[in-house]
Amino acid sequence: MLVSLRWLRDYVDIRIPLGELVERLTMAGLEVEEIKETGPAFTNVVVAKLLSVKTHPETDKYSFCEVAAGEGIYPVVCGARNIKPGDVVPLARIGATLPGGYTIKSSKIRGAVSDGMLCSEQELGIGADASGIMILPRDLTIGLDLAEALNLKDTVLDIGITPNRSDCLSIIGIAREIAAITGSVLKYPDTAVSENEQDIESITSVDILDPDLCPRYSARIIRDVTITPSPLWMRRRLEAVGLRAINNIVDVTNYVMMELGQPLHAFDFRFLEEGRIVVRRSRGEETFTSLDEKERILEADTLMICDGKKPVAIGGIMGGLDSEVKEDTKMIFLESAYFAPASIRRSAKSLGMSTDAAFRFGRGIDPEGVIKALNRAARIMAEISGGRVCRGYIDRYPQKVESAGNILLRRERVNEILGTDINAPEIVSILESLEMKILVEKDGVYRVTPPTYRVDIAREIDLIEEIARLYGYDLIPATLPPVSVTAVTTERQQIVVDRIRDLIRGSGYSEIITFSFISPESAKLLGIREDDDRRNMVKIRNPLTEDQSVMRTTLISSLLETMKKNAHNGCLDLKMFEIGRVFFHREEGELPIEKNRLGCFITGMYYDDLWSSKIYADLYDLKGCIENIFDGLKIAGLEFRSGHREAFLHPGKSGGIYVKDQFIGFLGEVHPDILLKMDLKNRAYVAEIDLDIVSNMFSGEVLYKDLPRFPSVVRDVAFVIGREMEADRILKLATEMDKELLEKVSIFDVYSGKNIQEGQKSLGIRFVYRASDRTLTDDEVNQLHGRVIKNIVDLTVARIRGEEI
Amino acid sequence: MLIELEELQRQAESELKKSKTEEELLAIKTKYLGRKGILTKLLRGLGDIEPEERPQVGNRCNEIKATLTAAIENALKARTSLKKKEVLLRDRIDVTLPGRRIRFGREHPVASVCKDICDIFAALGFSAVQGPEIELDYYNFEALNIPKDHPARDMQDTFYVEDNIVLRTHTSPVQIRVMEKQRPPIRILSPGRVYRPDSDISHTPMFHQIEGLLVDKGVTFGDLKGVLTLFLKQMFGGDTALRFRPSFFPFTEPSAEVDIKCVMCRGAGCRVCSQSGWLEILGSGMVDPEVFKNVNYDPEEFSGFAFGLGLERIAMLKYGISDIRLFFENDWRFLEQF
Repeated sequence: MLVSLRWLRDYVDIRIPLGELVERLTMAGLEVEEIKETGPAFTNVVVAKLLSVKTHPETDKYSFCEVAAGEGIYPVVCGARNIKPGDVVPLARIGATLPGGYTIKSSKIRGAVSDGMLCSEQELGIGADASGIMILPRDLTIGLDLAEALNLKDTVLDIGITPNRSDCLSIIGIAREIAAITGSVLKYPDTAVSENEQDIESITSVDILDPDLCPRYSARIIRDVTITPSPLWMRRRLEAVGLRAINNIVDVTNYVMMELGQPLHAFDFRFLEEGRIVVRRSRGEETFTSLDEKERILEADTLMICDGKKPVAIGGIMGGLDSEVKEDTKMIFLESAYFAPASIRRSAKSLGMSTDAAFRFGRGIDPEGVIKALNRAARIMAEISGGRVCRGYIDRYPQKVESAGNILLRRERVNEILGTDINAPEIVSILESLEMKILVEKDGVYRVTPPTYRVDIAREIDLIEEIARLYGYDLIPATLPPVSVTAVTTERQQIVVDRIRDLIRGSGYSEIITFSFISPESAKLLGIREDDDRRNMVKIRNPLTEDQSVMRTTLISSLLETMKKNAHNGCLDLKMFEIGRVFFHREEGELPIEKNRLGCFITGMYYDDLWSSKIYADLYDLKGCIENIFDGLKIAGLEFRSGHREAFLHPGKSGGIYVKDQFIGFLGEVHPDILLKMDLKNRAYVAEIDLDIVSNMFSGEVLYKDLPRFPSVVRDVAFVIGREMEADRILKLATEMDKELLEKVSIFDVYSGKNIQEGQKSLGIRFVYRASDRTLTDDEVNQLHGRVIKNIVDLTVARIRGEEI
Repeated sequence: MLIELEELQRQAESELKKSKTEEELLAIKTKYLGRKGILTKLLRGLGDIEPEERPQVGNRCNEIKATLTAAIENALKARTSLKKKEVLLRDRIDVTLPGRRIRFGREHPVASVCKDICDIFAALGFSAVQGPEIELDYYNFEALNIPKDHPARDMQDTFYVEDNIVLRTHTSPVQIRVMEKQRPPIRILSPGRVYRPDSDISHTPMFHQIEGLLVDKGVTFGDLKGVLTLFLKQMFGGDTALRFRPSFFPFTEPSAEVDIKCVMCRGAGCRVCSQSGWLEILGSGMVDPEVFKNVNYDPEEFSGFAFGLGLERIAMLKYGISDIRLFFENDWRFLEQF
């Protein structure tokens, strides 16, 4: 909220420097977010006195003037006619700048020198009057800077008001806080009204049909007003706090709203049919044109202010176009009311209207401040519009707005919560500075009644907060909490995720974080089938954009997007991973299923250095990375099977990832069609793994095995098999044959080409034999090895390379 | 005779000096020390010399032989090592060519800040816990003392999935889920993704928060100050100035916003801190009694504090990043810098 310092000073003495004021407001919970020095849009304009005014001998278009401005006398040629010697006027001196950016220079007009310019209100940008030179009060000091003389300079604070402090949405509210913080005395504005003889009850009436939405409604009638622009001082104040001046009646309603926090509305009494007000709910589907000239359909339950026939305002939100104050308005019906906050918030939200009035009513105004504001506004209206206030006011208050009172406060509790030792007099003095009433029940136990404008205070803890706030957070000593012995238990999931992060980064993959919401089209783009669970996406009702409108069910599309964006920037060689959740829609009204996933990809060159090795990454690089992860997690039984199919993967270069027969994810080369669609040039390899399953498999246990004490025997054999046969088959057959002495079976060579028949390949396999308790003899090894080889040959129709058939 | 011997030594040594190749050295060796070499002959012919001169000449001969042998051997050794060096130098490579490396995987700045914070709090006894990212309205709002139609709802614009299901707007719902299941003492941290419909240079519709909660008997606002001071000093350095400033959150009371002295201008006022000299770092407060009631804790028996902070904001300050969107664009040229 914008607060003018000049305006504030009407109600409270500020005896501390600005810097300190800002600091203390901030430290009391009213954060000053910005400090703006404001002033007029002109420079070098001074107060001057006309010494002589002569008309030009040849033309009456110009007057030749002599003006005194402090130290000197200046000749000025002027075109306006409303001036005479002795008038005090604004003089823009040579070098002065005026709004619109133009600068005053010495000039010659009809042979006469003009060293400056006399200005109108409009030319100075401080008013609308352009009819003649602005005539200033005669008591201003001649030669004084005009901005200073007219008090046009101000300091405006932008204060962030937290949603609980509706009482601070006014100048008086901020002044109250300053008074409480600095110990200054608060001066409330004058609300005395001088009334004429005509009784309001003889002119109009108010009926509240729905007191649950409008517990209180008060009104005054002001007659014989003349609609003009508001006086300069009021316009400047309204502008300082960000409001636009309109006319002397509307401005008063805004002025008092800013001053006291009570929104008001002024109706042109002529347009209230039957000359009365009825407050009721909309019956639904009622149409109404609001002040902003928009026709609105009002749903049932919206609170309406009506005259004898029709709606004239949306209660607490906006007035109507028909009954607004016009140039020829003579009689004002002034409204000051209390509306139920929740109803205002609902209506304002559903109508999409966030007005200053709705904001204040919605957060809760002072139910007991209604009449004060009514009187204050009537008083100023009479003052500046020449109107006369009719006798008395209407105050319909059918439903008392409950205010908290007699709240129990225990000194012991205050100090228990804050960790302080604040004494009783201090507590009492703080609460009293906030205009609270305190009854001492017994030593250290109080009953506290907050002022009615503090709608946020209802409980002991609310009072404790107030005490802490004014005592000063910085005075509360920093301590450490009591030590309760609890073990720090890191969830297994977290341990696994942390470890995977380290392991995969060790393989050179960098972490990325992408949005959890994606385009609903992405499943289609990936070719995921209609009956696939990944089509059960959670939809966001109010997405920012269509391509962020569903929650993802796979990380793959995010990975591909990241690849694409980087390719655009010329970054083609990438290894990246993301750990994040995917979401599956279940039943209406039920929370979706969330799963943790690891997604990773590799694309482009494997190494960074172009000069030495130009090796493109392939599937085995990605697979090796995954093998490393499971090795690092000490989860055994990792397998890759070619049977698993994904529509977005190359059918011949992809597979499922399994641990001990359980499916945990997939990997593969991105399907060439997808690469084409995404405009990606390089081949790319992706994998996605379910981390929830992996976490459950993780034990973190490592059991050391003794190092072998006896030597091993190594035998290499090359099998020639059909190209289609998978290496895994041979390895499995070998390991199944003997679990005791065959320590390790590994592939050392894969070859096809010269010397190998078309359609076949040679697989070089190394067998390592070892016994844990003795050195194996050649005979023993030969026998065992022979059996292993024979078994493989028998079951796979493999041929041993070098042994001709 | 002795004079001749001296002459002989001088001559041999000068020849040695002149010799360049291994062959020349070997020739000198043969010439003087070989089976038919000059010195060998001399030693053999010692018998022909006058008996009184014999011992002196013999000694001298042996001395010269030893000196010469050593000198030739040394020269030979030097020759070989020179040759080896030449061979190695012929294998020279350009050491200024770039090294062959496998790029190490970068830590995402948000993830790294998250880990730093979790580590600091782990040392203070806080365990990290997870909760759903798509939440019931009850956990995200109601249980945290933010009823429907409450002005505090304006503080957080919300993505809706259904009337009562939202994308969580903060990680605070995890507090409630933990307290529903567990009795105090509680010390938890809940890091994770949160969502709010907002997108500009300082907002993204998804970002990360860490929420902390400590509940026990006799926990005070002073303890909140103590723990958060400890944390911020570890995070930003021991000489970091900070201040606790009253604020409002529906689920804590009293509430405090915590500021640190601006890390960019050291409090002088700059663009980053909007001239205030301070940076908002986290929100905190004593758990509101209403929240305790919602999880069946007796507010007279237990008290506690909660705090929450945005990870992107911390990362932006730590690394001097001015556009929050960079964190989610995953541009390699950005990630590479960490």
